[in-house]
Amino acid sequence: MKLELRGITKRFPGVVANDSVDLTVEEGQVVALLGENGAGKSTLMNILYGLYSADEGEILIDGEPLTLGSPSESIAAGIGMVHQHFMLVPVFTVAENVILGIEPTNRIGALKQRDAEESVRELSAQFGFDIDPHAIVENLPIGVQQRVEIIKVLLRNARFLVLDEPTAVLTPQEVDDLFVIIEQLRAAGKGIVFISHKLKEALHIADRIVVMRQGKTVAEVDPSATTEQDLATLMVGRPVDLVVHKEPAVPKDPVVQVEQLRVFDDRNQLAVDGVSMTIRAGEIVGIAGVQGNSQTELVEAITGLRTPLAGRILLKGEDVTTVSPRQMHKRNLAHVPEDRQRSGLVLGFTVTENVVLDSYYHEPFSRGIVMDWGVAHTEAERLVEQYDVRTPSVDTELKSLSGGNQQKVIVAREFSRDVDFVVASQPTRGVDVGSIEYIHARIVEERDRGAAVLIVSSELDEVMALSDRLLVMFDGHIVAELDPATVTNAEVGLHMLGSGAGSAAPAKEDTP
Amino acid sequence: MTESDVSEPDPTEGNAGGQPASRSKLYQEITGVGGRARDALLVPALAVITALLIGGIIIALSDVDNLRLFRTDPLEAMNETISTVWGAYRSMFVGAFGSINAISETLFAATPLILAGLAVAVGFQAGLFNIGAEGQIIIGGMAALYVGFTFDLPGIVLIPMCLAAAIVGGGFWAGIAGMLRAKTGAHEVITTIMLNFIALYLTQWLLKTTVFQQPGRSDPISKPINEGAQLPYLFGSEYRVTIGFLIAIAAAVLVQALMYRSTIGFEFRAVGANADAARYAGMNIVFLTVAVMFTSGALAGLAGANQIMSLPPYQGSTAFSGGIGFDAIALALLGRSKPYGVVWAGILFGALAAGGREMQGVERIPIDLVEVIQALIIVFIAAPALIRSIYRIKTADTSAVQITTGWSA
Amino acid sequence: MTVTETTSTSYASTKVRLTPEERRERVLGGVYFALAAFVFVFFALDPSSADDATFNLSLGQDRFDLSWTFEPRLIAIIVAVSFVVIGILQLAVGFGRWTNMVLGFSMLLFVIAFLGWAAGGQAFSLVGMLSSMVVLSIPITCGGLTGLMCERVAVINIGIEGQLLSAAFVGTIVGSSVGTWGGLVGAMAIGALLGFVLAVLVIKYQVDQIIAGVVINIFALGLTSFLSTRVLGPNPQFNSPGRFSTIAIPVLEDIPVIGPMFFQGNIFLYGSLILVFALHYGLFYTRWGLRSRAVGEHPKAADTVGINVYRVRYRNVTLAGLIAGFGGAALTLGSTGRFEENMTAGVGFIGLAAMIAGRWRPFGVLGAALVFGFARAMQQKLGILGTPIPSEFLAMAPYILTIVVVAGLVGRARPPAADGQPYVKE
Repeated sequence: MKLELRGITKRFPGVVANDSVDLTVEEGQVVALLGENGAGKSTLMNILYGLYSADEGEILIDGEPLTLGSPSESIAAGIGMVHQHFMLVPVFTVAENVILGIEPTNRIGALKQRDAEESVRELSAQFGFDIDPHAIVENLPIGVQQRVEIIKVLLRNARFLVLDEPTAVLTPQEVDDLFVIIEQLRAAGKGIVFISHKLKEALHIADRIVVMRQGKTVAEVDPSATTEQDLATLMVGRPVDLVVHKEPAVPKDPVVQVEQLRVFDDRNQLAVDGVSMTIRAGEIVGIAGVQGNSQTELVEAITGLRTPLAGRILLKGEDVTTVSPRQMHKRNLAHVPEDRQRSGLVLGFTVTENVVLDSYYHEPFSRGIVMDWGVAHTEAERLVEQYDVRTPSVDTELKSLSGGNQQKVIVAREFSRDVDFVVASQPTRGVDVGSIEYIHARIVEERDRGAAVLIVSSELDEVMALSDRLLVMFDGHIVAELDPATVTNAEVGLHMLGSGAGSAAPAKEDTP
Repeated sequence: MTESDVSEPDPTEGNAGGQPASRSKLYQEITGVGGRARDALLVPALAVITALLIGGIIIALSDVDNLRLFRTDPLEAMNETISTVWGAYRSMFVGAFGSINAISETLFAATPLILAGLAVAVGFQAGLFNIGAEGQIIIGGMAALYVGFTFDLPGIVLIPMCLAAAIVGGGFWAGIAGMLRAKTGAHEVITTIMLNFIALYLTQWLLKTTVFQQPGRSDPISKPINEGAQLPYLFGSEYRVTIGFLIAIAAAVLVQALMYRSTIGFEFRAVGANADAARYAGMNIVFLTVAVMFTSGALAGLAGANQIMSLPPYQGSTAFSGGIGFDAIALALLGRSKPYGVVWAGILFGALAAGGREMQGVERIPIDLVEVIQALIIVFIAAPALIRSIYRIKTADTSAVQITTGWSA
Repeated sequence: MTVTETTSTSYASTKVRLTPEERRERVLGGVYFALAAFVFVFFALDPSSADDATFNLSLGQDRFDLSWTFEPRLIAIIVAVSFVVIGILQLAVGFGRWTNMVLGFSMLLFVIAFLGWAAGGQAFSLVGMLSSMVVLSIPITCGGLTGLMCERVAVINIGIEGQLLSAAFVGTIVGSSVGTWGGLVGAMAIGALLGFVLAVLVIKYQVDQIIAGVVINIFALGLTSFLSTRVLGPNPQFNSPGRFSTIAIPVLEDIPVIGPMFFQGNIFLYGSLILVFALHYGLFYTRWGLRSRAVGEHPKAADTVGINVYRVRYRNVTLAGLIAGFGGAALTLGSTGRFEENMTAGVGFIGLAAMIAGRWRPFGVLGAALVFGFARAMQQKLGILGTPIPSEFLAMAPYILTIVVVAGLVGRARPPAADGQPYVKE
């Protein structure tokens, strides 16, 4: 059984997202689709899944062309998709989510709950998943939610599975578990498309690798005959430096001290539970950890956005525990937030307005309550030039810029001031490789200028490469302090799961 | 956590965002018109015309006696229909623009509308739905009323005092909703509507207390304000329009400066566009939410003050707000929440009101029709796609107006 | 664990700030003490409380003759003492999950003390007021259920007020021409039509949901007022549609207190109660309900399993309009028997508040609607009793109560996750 995409072309206003793309998957085979953000992978998969329609080209199974005008038709053709952002209703149970759309009912339309639960249990047992059909999805760990998504797809008799960036939110151990599942699926005769931008994983799991760049398929390679460096070059189109170049750190006096911090989350549950750390001038401290272990709340507390329940935060010796974000800003804090579109920028504002978003209230951008837009304009132009932001003008609305350029605007805004303390959360999420290099270099530059830098990232490679000292956060605690130069990814991964060497906590069980 | 754009291609990367301005910035500001003059004016113009057309149909269809006539003498009935509708709109036009008096009436009616429209527009720009202009007008008006009949001072002093009272009163009333929104997340649509009703009943009660009630009367009518508080006429005592109109224009100028040239206005707009980013940038969301509502309420309060201070017999009654608060929503939308747009929209609606009164008096067509026309105008403005599909035209601006983001704060 | 550099940290220097829960508990404790003081001073000490009050719990024609005569002062003192006890318990121990129940119970105590005081020296038909409460709550229930059906598919419907008003109007005109059943059909049809219009505006033309709702309200108010003057005025024969008669249910109507409240009503009473049950079952036990709720919580997920999000929204919003039509008809064909300009007076918005207070669940809506109905019934009855409180303040009560509810003083709840957001398919 063979799934083929031939000559798929899809145009959006101003850009060709897919340009005559070919892709073939056979049963029992894993094909990795690699490409950086914006290369067109997701567009291709959305076409396959019936969410978009291709302008040109065709899709065939075993030589028979298909029309896939909606997800229902794709599902009927045996194509199942596990999305990067799960398509699960958080407040429904596992069973409800799995049967949604194919509900077993009696004649008057009433749901047959027991039949649904049976189906879930059967499939669950078949693959050794061990999932409780009654569990509410939002209470499940991410790894388990992903398995619910897989069951959803299998229940609809999928012969081909598309996994879209499945490891984005998993620990190294959970990634290993996923690979075991992929093995089982492969052995069961399913064809799998594994979409990723993570080179290591593609090399590990795939039978074939297809590389996309700017809407075209640029290469199809055998994993055993290629390296990460080769793949990166293919993805970007030019030799790429995968290594962050930095001199060893020369840390000086402590700038930031966090003591026994306890912070509540939005649901009034304890998120950060007694975290302490010190950050010196001239060093980069990185926090590794899977998303959802309260790194967000920790960062919010440190930057003044959230009032801690207990504990202290000292900045250059001054107690800033309950100080507002504006006050932290005045004390030379630079904050690159983790979700740039939601918290870092106003998409409807112009570049100029975004550049002064957190400094408009003082000279030279304003005097008293009167804004001086002329000065703001000039500064914006200067920064756009200096940080190589691609935009038609500084009066362009920010929503027209690409993710990487949007992030550069934030970086420009934050780093162009005098800075003693930098907090950067997921600094290169959704950013193209070229911009990633640039942003990493700027961060190191700030460090060398004497700032204390705190990086929080769920991209283990990034945080290992950038940090001088590595902390691992799990379940609201700092569970380890490691030297990134000597520790291995696997060791860090164990700590991220709470079961690293020397920890008292047992390995985290999957929720039954 | 939240969506990143990892999986979305950016189809608009590198596109030009703005068009070169073909006219001076000041002109653009005043008229809200830029290089796309045709688009900016076409939809609102067509919206108004279409609304009037539908209004005409309603007039025709509601003449029950005439409808009966269709069975027996269709030609006569048709004639009758056309002359009724024509008569209605003709008298409307005459009532709005047909004489100096008509123009005075138009501007007179436009004054409170402009102020209330500014109130709602300020709210919209900051992402807040102020449906409570009605209640704020009442409270502001009552505050001005109280100051007006308590202190017997010359106009130079008394008028600003009354206006200040109105600002504080209206601002306070809206501020309640703002505080509730900021501290508890209670959506201001519900709270402001409830406050409207509360204001109404409060006024009914106040007008019967000895403090407010006119001596010698048993109905809810207040004492008249002292002469010093009466706003002077603009064109002389033959014409009803007062300097209240100038106050409204001045308010529009101030709001424009506030929103686009001040730090506070920048904060208002940022909160409206993305409250999260505003918070991360250090802005105080609680303070700003209350400040926006206060400003909005203050403007509405001024409208209430105008109703008391511009209109003989210069006293308060239970109906002095007269539905202005809801018209204001239409105004803000028509003016695209920009101050000068609101002024033009206010004059238009003032024309409708003045004309409508003439229409009711001469042709005896109930003035509620004007409400219907206004509702239709809102629909067409808020959904430009409707106009486009009716008239099969293409414009560049494809977006419908979006302000709501759900109930949660 | 990371070693901290400074060793001068001691727990004395770590400040613990109050959690929002603890804060709420303290506020409630204070509220209870304040209420105790209030009840004591105003109800117990008032001289008129010495005179006996009588609560009549049966109507004239009932088989049992129940009434309760008591001295309001005594009751007031008991209630005040109870409040003190509750307040102490709240601050010392807290009630945990039962906090809201205790709050509700306390409100009940307060109302009893209040009514006792107001009725000092008179007889007072409590059962009459309770019946009134149920009847007054019917349009609120219908409005709330309408809102609920719309919001469960993530469409905010502010236009319920307009739907109710239009339905009342059309029901009147059609009812006057072809009889009450025709009027009911007409009312429900116009409710559904307006619902459909809302759906079109919001889904097809992506108008902001609140603006669309406001438009429907203005339009309905303007048009019904206009036509009321122009058509109903000169033609009063169009404004007398008759009313649906009361249908008593044989055995159940004789149950003391509950009987007159729930089993001596017209079809609007029974219909709205049936709707509550039907909607509860439908939403949580059928395929239709599962899919609707999925659309409301995570439309993209629903889309990817093949559910047509647009069609579900159109269908549900239009059906919800039928309920609004039913509620609007209740206002004329079910009670007054004639149409007056702007007769809804905010009842649609109170329905929305009932929906929020009821946490988007049908039985919750019913409960909240009864509470609001009680406030309005109290206003009417107290006017008759002649209390020193001006009637205008009593009229404000439902609206103040609504604000209190949406401000979350009864705790927050989560609306459907996609509420208010238009669904855009790429």
